[in-house]
Amino acid sequence: MSEKKEYKVIGTRPIRHDGVDKVTGRAIYGADFQITGLLHGRVLRSPHAHARIVSIDTSRAEAHPGVKGVVTAEDLPAAEDKMADLGEGAVSLKYLCDNILASDKALYKGHAIAAVAATSPHIAEEACELIDVEYEVLPPVLEVRQAMESDAPILHENLRTSSLGETGDKPSNIASHFQHKKGDIDKGFDEADVIIEREFVTGTVHQGYIEPHNATALYNPDGQLTVWCSTQGAFTVREQLAEILQYPISKIKVVPLEIGGGFGGKINVYVKPVAALLAKKTGKPVKVLMNRADVFEGTGPTPASYITIKMGATNDGKITAAQTSLVFEAGAYPGSPVGAGAMCVFAPYNIENVVIDGYDVVVNKPKTAPYRAPGATNAAFGTETVVDELAEKLNIDPLEIRLMNGAKEGDRRADGPVYPRIGFIETLEAAKEHPHYASPNGKKYHGRGIASGFWFNIGLESSVTINVNPDGTVNLVEGSTDIGGTRASIAMQAAEVLGIPAESVNPTVVDTNSIGYTAVTGGSRTTYATGYAAYEAAQDVVQQMKARAAKLWDVDEDNVQFADGEFSSINGKEEQISFRDLSARLGETGGPVIGRATMNPAGAGGAFATHVVDVEVDVDTGKVEILRYTATQDAGKAIHPSYVEGQIQGGVVQGIGWALNEEYIYNDEGEMTNASFLDYRMPTCLDLPMIDAVIVEVPNPGHPYGVRGVGEVPIVPPPAAIANAIYDAVGIRMTELPMSPDRLLKAMGKI
Amino acid sequence: MARKSHVQTTINGETVEFLCEPRQSLLEVLRDELHLTGAKEGCNNGNCGACSVILDGRLVNSCLVLGAEIDGKSVETIEGLAEPDKLHPIQDAFLENAALQCGICTPGFIMSAKALLDKNPNPTEHEVRYWLAGNLCRCTGYDKIVRAVLDAAAAT
Amino acid sequence: MPVVAIPALIRNLTDGEESVTVDGATIREVINNLDIRYPGTKAKLCEGDRIRPGIGVYIDGVLTKVGMHERVEEDTELHFLPAISGGIAESS
Repeated sequence: MSEKKEYKVIGTRPIRHDGVDKVTGRAIYGADFQITGLLHGRVLRSPHAHARIVSIDTSRAEAHPGVKGVVTAEDLPAAEDKMADLGEGAVSLKYLCDNILASDKALYKGHAIAAVAATSPHIAEEACELIDVEYEVLPPVLEVRQAMESDAPILHENLRTSSLGETGDKPSNIASHFQHKKGDIDKGFDEADVIIEREFVTGTVHQGYIEPHNATALYNPDGQLTVWCSTQGAFTVREQLAEILQYPISKIKVVPLEIGGGFGGKINVYVKPVAALLAKKTGKPVKVLMNRADVFEGTGPTPASYITIKMGATNDGKITAAQTSLVFEAGAYPGSPVGAGAMCVFAPYNIENVVIDGYDVVVNKPKTAPYRAPGATNAAFGTETVVDELAEKLNIDPLEIRLMNGAKEGDRRADGPVYPRIGFIETLEAAKEHPHYASPNGKKYHGRGIASGFWFNIGLESSVTINVNPDGTVNLVEGSTDIGGTRASIAMQAAEVLGIPAESVNPTVVDTNSIGYTAVTGGSRTTYATGYAAYEAAQDVVQQMKARAAKLWDVDEDNVQFADGEFSSINGKEEQISFRDLSARLGETGGPVIGRATMNPAGAGGAFATHVVDVEVDVDTGKVEILRYTATQDAGKAIHPSYVEGQIQGGVVQGIGWALNEEYIYNDEGEMTNASFLDYRMPTCLDLPMIDAVIVEVPNPGHPYGVRGVGEVPIVPPPAAIANAIYDAVGIRMTELPMSPDRLLKAMGKI
Repeated sequence: MARKSHVQTTINGETVEFLCEPRQSLLEVLRDELHLTGAKEGCNNGNCGACSVILDGRLVNSCLVLGAEIDGKSVETIEGLAEPDKLHPIQDAFLENAALQCGICTPGFIMSAKALLDKNPNPTEHEVRYWLAGNLCRCTGYDKIVRAVLDAAAAT
Repeated sequence: MPVVAIPALIRNLTDGEESVTVDGATIREVINNLDIRYPGTKAKLCEGDRIRPGIGVYIDGVLTKVGMHERVEEDTELHFLPAISGGIAESS
């Protein structure tokens, strides 16, 4: 692969294939789905953060006019101690089921207890209030350090700390502990001239997608279960339903409708099994929708964390040692993204001596779910702040210290893997050369900060089929939920191979009965892995069509070549036919052509980003204004640059929200007190400037066009970049997220 | 259950009649009774703007208006914006600028932008940001949305 | 021969060795041979005849979703990372 390769389709900016449906209001999202005889389901949720469920009496609700069925955990198959295999590591089936409908304990406010199906959503809501639940209220624990105390309230009596094969001997809220180690940490700190050690606390934040969770389920009398929903992965929904309902995968069809944002929060199922249980009980299709408070209180936020970072460097700027303890809240059930955080925490730097300890701790909050580069943002807030402080102490430019220590091809990350060709240095150079970095900065209360970030990206399975139409267009069938324009980025890769315009590829995302297994849209994998599958399926089409051309010309197949959309004969006969013209002659040469490919590619490559931000701090109110923002990122190769920029800009703004305002605020009873978009303050367009997204292209050797996933890493640097800018503006190091006006005023000694 | 009221209204230029319960919002009526699902429910309390429609020339969150309130009034929704063979310039500008990712907020943003440009055909960037602050988008970071609205203003 | 990077928390079983070269054509063979040399390591990595839940297997630095039967090459580098489910397994 040549770095300067000329492409016809890749790198252009066609109108996305699903665009017209989405600007005219015609696209059907999960909640828009209609079907005859539909009932409406609502879920009753625990008002307590921690309580034993003594009894549930549903009789008054069942007698309410219009109610067709009520379900509780009793309607779920007994989970016992079985492990559920979700294809990517086993999880406790009991935990999985209890998070859908609580059986013995409510573990967070908002925990689902029971659900009602009725003829209207209002009746279902009324009936929920008629369900009598007797609770024995228990004290909640909401913070990881408190949850780790020996006298803390225990969430799960049977949970023991697992530490790589070692299991603790008494109940604990620490679900697991692990460690990565590289080199000799004591030696590394001995070599350092400057050592910085800091503590960081980050708040619980939500993915904040605008579309609430939804599902419509129908059981046919023959036992076929169909679920229409929005999800990041129809196949993972099918797997989870099969485990939770203990029902054969062959009898479950999941139909993915359009999705209104996910960011990792729409991988785990919540109301989908509930809709299925209600559908089974009533014999009717049942639609269950969450409201916004349900989404905040009942679905995965991403964890709050307590992080210590210690780093040492020599006087000439070489980082010699780095040590961290990452303590992440898992929410009510084990499984925080601390493992991923540990992979990312020092990933941008080549450091010889490293120790990383990770702890997964349960608390009385909703079970956490992935959120865009899960774990990496928390970790980078710590690391990138400390790197900034090292640079300051050593009087080295913050970009220079990163350039001096930045990871390159062949360097080994502390958790083991060795980097292939990566583009971290290139993102630093792009930031350094950007006019933003050279622009004046020095007005009173104005400050500039920089920070970098890493996300490893994933590959996993994708399947694509391509059907050739007689007019030279193709229908591309795939199983990857399109959250941000991936129909286009996948179709463009097939178009490039076939030598046809992007518009001549019709991509369709289909249900689980209609395509091979395809993993979730997540891990920044879709344009990479499903795009790779589209590339291979298109190559399959080319191979088959070469045979057809050979037949037409009566030449050997090996003597047909394909370039720029034209098949031609080499050796002997002078023959040529375009892809389009040959498409019209498939019938006479053997029938339809279907290309296919399934992939599980190994070389996702890593993604790096470096951000530069200018802020102004209002020292009277504590409000931080973002004045200018530049984000450089290695995209490998940008298939559709507009949507790559969009991923960068969107990730940056989520990071800004995380940095400045967003957090779950709890009272002493463990109730979230800001479960609305008014009080959980996400950025609006008035809070922001334009976001300058700078695409750097260091091709990924693990993809035919050099693609690296781009979706996740842009959320990683912003909190640290903004913290560094605040320090530059007012001389205060903020170590707690969000850096909201009240925290800033406190830190400045104003309140 | 309270008695349903009979409502006669104009939606996207067409006379429409329906029955609705007093507690049903305009958003519910549009979506569940009239099957106009272009207006989306993101919060049901006026914070996100995904349900934005234009009521007698004024931009409203349809989740904060009761269905019964629109009797005798005129409602514009996303479904009425395009002509049969031609998108509205704002819709074109959203596509050209890649101003949508998941698209759930898009109908609300487009209706909100239309209400702005109807009043102020040449807004500044700040005016666009001020006006659209009632619409939440979680995917785009707003950059391309603001550009799309400015482009649409320049095109009309 | 394949190289196995030893997870930090079980280096007490490998006399502190961070990585060891172990013969084997599949992950199963490699783990069995590792256990012969450093008894107890298999029990830390496996539950019965499966990789322990929550442990991610990396072949040459890439997370793979494979079982014990996966073939490894002469120069393969294997990492067993104690990745917690919910992190990598459900990465967004």
